[in-house]
This record gives sequence, C-alpha cells and structure tokens, in this order.
Amino acid sequence: MKINVKHVAKLANLPISKEEEKKLESQLSEILDYVEKLNSVITKGVEITSQITGLENVVREDKTESCLTQKEALSNAKNTHDGLYKVKKIL
Amino acid sequence: MNYSAYSIHKLREGLKKKDFPSEDIVKDCLDRIKISKLNAFITICETEAIKKAKEADKKIKDGVDLPLLGIPISAKDIYLTRNIRTTAASRVLNRYIPQYSATVIERLEKAGAIIIGKTNCDAWAHGSSGENSDYGPTENPYLKGYVPGGSSSGSAVSVAANMCLVSMGTDTGGSIRLPASFCNVVGLKPTYGRVSRYGVISMASSLDSIGHFTKNVDDSALVLSITAGKDKNDATTPEIEVDNYKNYLTKDIKEVKIGLPREYFSDGLDKRVKEKIENEVKILEAKGARIEQISLPNTEYGITCYYIVQPAEVSSNLARYDGLRYGNDRAHFGNEAKRRIMLGSYVLSSGYYDAYYKKAMQVRTLIKKDFDEAFKKVDVIIAPVSPTLPWKIGEKTQDPLSMYLSDIYTVNVNLAGIPGLSVPIGLIEGLPVGLQILGPHFSEGKLFQVGKAIERPKI
Repeated sequence: MKINVKHVAKLANLPISKEEEKKLESQLSEILDYVEKLNSVITKGVEITSQITGLENVVREDKTESCLTQKEALSNAKNTHDGLYKVKKIL
Repeated sequence: MNYSAYSIHKLREGLKKKDFPSEDIVKDCLDRIKISKLNAFITICETEAIKKAKEADKKIKDGVDLPLLGIPISAKDIYLTRNIRTTAASRVLNRYIPQYSATVIERLEKAGAIIIGKTNCDAWAHGSSGENSDYGPTENPYLKGYVPGGSSSGSAVSVAANMCLVSMGTDTGGSIRLPASFCNVVGLKPTYGRVSRYGVISMASSLDSIGHFTKNVDDSALVLSITAGKDKNDATTPEIEVDNYKNYLTKDIKEVKIGLPREYFSDGLDKRVKEKIENEVKILEAKGARIEQISLPNTEYGITCYYIVQPAEVSSNLARYDGLRYGNDRAHFGNEAKRRIMLGSYVLSSGYYDAYYKKAMQVRTLIKKDFDEAFKKVDVIIAPVSPTLPWKIGEKTQDPLSMYLSDIYTVNVNLAGIPGLSVPIGLIEGLPVGLQILGPHFSEGKLFQVGKAIERPKI
C-alpha cells in the first residue's frame, strides 16, 4: 500500500521535511501492509463499536459556573492583543 | 532511613503515631530523585512539596486524618497540574503551565497526597518503551541499559526506585500494565470510565484509562477508592457506585473461576515467562481457584484494530496543538507523534474511512464480544502482559512495527474497555516479569482479590 505522504501531511496541517517524507512513506506503508490483515475478518452485519460505555447524550444542567478569567485563559499564549489571541490573517 | 520503601498503610500508621514526620518522607524521596540517573522525572516540585509536607505535619498534629495525608506521589507529565509545568514529554508543550488541575489530581490532593514531581514518559503517551521522550529515555532500575516499559515509564520507575509511594499513569494500549510488569510494581488499568479523564491530556479518547502504580495491591485498592467515581466534567464516567475495594482484600480465592486464554500462551510468548505464569496458576489452583482453558478467538486482530482506532483518535486529539493558544507550533512534534498523526489522518481520509476505520470499529465489536462470552464462564482471566522480557535501550527504536507488536497482549483490554491489574511474579535473569488479571467491566474488586493471592509480601 502506497501512501501519498504530502497530501496527508497537508490534511493534518503537519510540516514535513523531504527527508521525513521518504522515511514516513516506507514506515507507514509497512504498517498499512500489516493492518491489511483485518480484511480477512468477516464483518458483514457486525455493528460498530466507537465507545464502550453504553452512555448516550450525557448532558448537564444549563447553568453557568465559574471559569477561567480572561487573563488566565490567555496566560499560555505567545501572541495576544487587547485580551484576545492574536493569529495570522486566514482569509 | 528509606521511608519510601514502605507501603502507604505502614507510613500512615507511622505518621499517625508521630514516629516520623511527613517532611522526612518527602525529603527522603527528593534525595533519591536528585541522585538518580534513571531520568524518571521531568519536573521536580521540591520547594512546594516540602512546604506541603510541613502543612501535613501540622494537620496530623491537629488530629486530621485523611487516607493519603503526608504521602508523596508523582504523576505522569500528561496530568494537568495547576501552576506546575506540564509537557506531555513533548517540546510542543515545553513551557506550558496549566491553569487548572486534572480531577484526579484534585481528588488525591484533597485526600492529603503531596505531589513531588511530574514523571517522564513517551511523548503524548505514544510508545511502549519510555525511549520516545523529548526529555531523554528513562532507564529500568533493575538492569542498566534496559527499558522500563512505556509509555508511563517514569511513573513505574518512580515507584520501583522508591522515589514516591504512588504514581498516576495512563493506559491506552498497555501503558500502565507493561511498565508495571517491567519494573516489578503493581499497575492498575481501571475499567474505561471508572476514573475521570478530565484534565489528562488526551491520547485516544475511547481507550484512555486513568490508573496508577503502587508497591502492592492494598495500596492500589486504596488509591482507586479515592480516584474512582462520577465526575461532571467527564461525560464518560457513569453513575455506577464505587465498590468498597477494601472488602475484597481479605477474601480468599476458593471457587474463583480463572480462565487461561489459549491465544495468549501461544508460540509468540517467551518460554520462561510462560513457565513462570503457569507456576503461579498452579499455586492459585492449590489455593482453591478453579482453572479453565478458554478461547478469545479474535485476539490476533487486536493489534491491527488498535493501530487503526488509536492513531485515528490521536490525529484528531493532536489537531488542537496549533501553537496559538498555548504551546509551540506543529513543527515541534517528534517522530512518533508525526507518524501517528499521519497514519490517523490517512485512515480517516475520504475514500479510506470504510476500509480502515469502520472495519476496525466492527472488529472491535468482535473483540469485545469475545470477552463478554468468556466472562459468562469465568470470573477473571489471567494472561501475560508482554510477550518478552524488557529489551535493551535502542533495540526497537528504528522499527516502529516491532515496537507496536510489544503491545499484543494489552491492547485488546482497552478495545473492550475492561479492567486489568498487572502484578509482579518475580525476576528472570535480573529482569522483572508480571502477569495481568482481567475481569468484566467494573470488577476491580475481584482483580484485587486475585492479585492479593498472587502477590508475595515484599513490604
């Protein structure tokens, strides 16, 4: 199985060097070949399991509670402006 | 005096009788951490821990009685700790100071525990050996040059090398049970949802289990009685009442039905490990347990299923690290995280979702059903933790697939969401070996009961 590393890296927003691209291509192919094994399992009509708790639609009362202050929330950001996160133009 | 070589129970007794103060215990642990070359810690909370110990001593003097009052503990560096740097052992978070603590940390501190430091681990909990940390590998305390197992490497070592009494770890595919087995300590992976994940950096959200390392089974039961239970901040913690685990510690194992799954004892297992487990099983039989051979037919698909589901969830969880709100940008991810983000993004991408992710979720159902069926016949299952003994540092780092395969006996437990307790059963050529006891959902009490029957009194 060959994987288009460049395309997937773009989907994952992951900067990858040329060297890494080559290495990942062979390592990921090896792993994907291995997981091909799953094709031998017959799963026709088998339900999926995405989680095992059996819990569904867990909700809480719609009540405001104490939360971080604006200053606390921004305390780990490298770039802020007037109490907001500062990001590069995206449009 | 080596206070930290004792159990929590013994230390609490001594503290209550004023035989020694908490300050001495904490300083003894700190000294051990500072002279150690095992690289078990990323951050040491020296000043704060000594201050807390002094406060604990004052409370003890005033007659305050809390289950962990004055007891030093550590936490894997993916537990958020308010005002204490939390790195996930990754350069992405090398300067991240959390504004709040994980629910579990709050519960332990409320019970009187003192955080002595944050332990090293495979970055983002990705790994089976403890080598994949941006802060350098952790070493096995039993034999120089060997891995301690991962990903909760530093946590296992911190308890094994008497640097604290308890360490909190996480187990997504074996990351508590494997290092516990490699370091001769008791490691518990509770039922998925039994312990809150709130404030623990997510790896694979449908698999992540919050557990701990201790020196013995009694201490493991005590810690779970503090950490377990509903948390309004984690929607996957059910309203199921927390068992009184202490009651199981004095029960014998007469008539307890123990299953041995044949798929876990096949050719891939190191013969010496197999013999050691079989020997333990004989002892249990002599104590009155009923042993049955069972089968978990879909076992062999576990690792493949896991290495689709887990990277898929990893790629989604690690998408939040954009370097804008906290941390450094995505170029700072290490090789293993990059590999898993790529693998996960690929199996979830358009055109491949059904073939990989959906298929894996169906196989997950089959694996879970295997356990459901088995637990209709037996109370618990005994199995090896790792197919091999601890390996040499560097041996598998260039071959990701062979590293992944070391989780072959542990991942199915996470896919099924059941609990597992890793208990030490001795050494082979100087390297520790453990076995795991598995039970149905929320059967932790039973695991402690059987664990007690296996454990040799060390302390």
